[in-house]
Amino acid sequence: MKKKHIMDAKGIERALTRIAHEIIEKNKGVEDIVILGIPTRGVHIARRLSHIFKTIEGAALPVGSVDATLYRDDIGMKEVQPALKRTDIPVPIDNKKVIIVDDVLFTGRTIRAAMNVIIDFGRPANIQLAVLIDRGHRELPIRADYVGKNAPTSMQEKVKVHLKETDGVDEVVVEE
Amino acid sequence: MRLKRKDILAIEELTKDEIELILSTAESFKEVSEREIKKVPTLRGRTIINLFYEPSTRTRTSFEIAAKRMSADAINISTSSSSVVKGETLKDTARNLEAMNPDCIVLRHPSSGAPEMLARLVRCSVINAGDGSHEHPSQALLDLLTVKERFGRIAGLKIAIAGDIAHSRVARSNIHGFAKLGAEVSIAGPPTMMPSEIEKMGCKMFYKVEDAIRDAHVIMVLRIQLERQKTGLFPTAREYSKLFALDSKKLEHAAKDVVILHPGPINRGIEISSDVADGKYSLILEQVKNGVAVRMALFYLLMGGSRE
Repeated sequence: MKKKHIMDAKGIERALTRIAHEIIEKNKGVEDIVILGIPTRGVHIARRLSHIFKTIEGAALPVGSVDATLYRDDIGMKEVQPALKRTDIPVPIDNKKVIIVDDVLFTGRTIRAAMNVIIDFGRPANIQLAVLIDRGHRELPIRADYVGKNAPTSMQEKVKVHLKETDGVDEVVVEE
Repeated sequence: MRLKRKDILAIEELTKDEIELILSTAESFKEVSEREIKKVPTLRGRTIINLFYEPSTRTRTSFEIAAKRMSADAINISTSSSSVVKGETLKDTARNLEAMNPDCIVLRHPSSGAPEMLARLVRCSVINAGDGSHEHPSQALLDLLTVKERFGRIAGLKIAIAGDIAHSRVARSNIHGFAKLGAEVSIAGPPTMMPSEIEKMGCKMFYKVEDAIRDAHVIMVLRIQLERQKTGLFPTAREYSKLFALDSKKLEHAAKDVVILHPGPINRGIEISSDVADGKYSLILEQVKNGVAVRMALFYLLMGGSRE
């Protein structure tokens, strides 16, 4: 199996710092922002972003998780039932700016499902999307507002984001 | 880990890993019932038939709510208003229901083994919602979830089950379930209500409630099934109550942080006194709440993957 490192710990940190600044710039501050990560690694990235916001703006932003499993469009089609993770939306999201955070953006189907979950919880002012890696191959008209790194890949390749919280190391690897 | 089964018929046939998967899935589903919009689209277009040959409020409502919160279509059939009163057999009812192409049938039946027979007859999933004195798997799963939430674990806990063990499908399912997850189970009740060779299920037997509940973390009180009590297993309800009901006096023999479960419906003053049923040790309503989550998990695990 061929392995290619495309990001190391420093690179991930820089990318997230840049994304945080872009979010602040686009939203003219951090007011009314709620960050919702997609389990498992999206939640860790969401927490890291919140930490960066705290050092930049001095304000702690609400962080939650949104599990899109129950809204997937392939329930009953795959052999294995996808495992459920936690949904935890810590504050009412009506009229808030919700930023969905995930590690890898691929087909866009998870993001579609996550948006439907969020809309069942309330009516946010808008929904934005931040991802660490955009690997292409979209199957739905979805694009990210904030991207850590664009990584063109073939369909056969696998993009793996490893984070200290779950994997003991910060890196992004492309496997064939 | 995945659940490969077509049916959920008994705790006895489930592995420890399968039980743990069901419990962890149920934990995730609890949050759905706390949302303002208590509905997820997961089982859209699926049809679930609740076929109940015995009266039930809790279990039937719980299965129905679970199905509806998953966006499945739930149809309830109770025998008093169905063709069963015209003499249709379970087999014929099953074949006719199957012709309407449901995805899951939830069956409660007075005869032990009826769900197993149904499961062999139909292609769709079958969930046993209580069969005779055999098993009531979803009840044991919700009891396990309730205890796990309270103590953070099942392994190493001491569970006491008191009452009519012989007629109780709840007891049978729970003895299997708690034993599989590593708890120690004691049972207590009058000798006439103890099945022979019950110790072979791996539990300790006592004839005095006080002895069984000593050191217990959990006391599960069973309902005295007055409808099945015409054969004189105890002289009077009053005598049973005096000797075996869990009241605050007997409770003095238990640990200070003990919790009390009851599968419902309660016969107040017969197997449990009102002050205990409504008291601070009681997790009875938590059990009901967890029942919905467990049944959502069962529906999800049976219908959330393809079996082909």
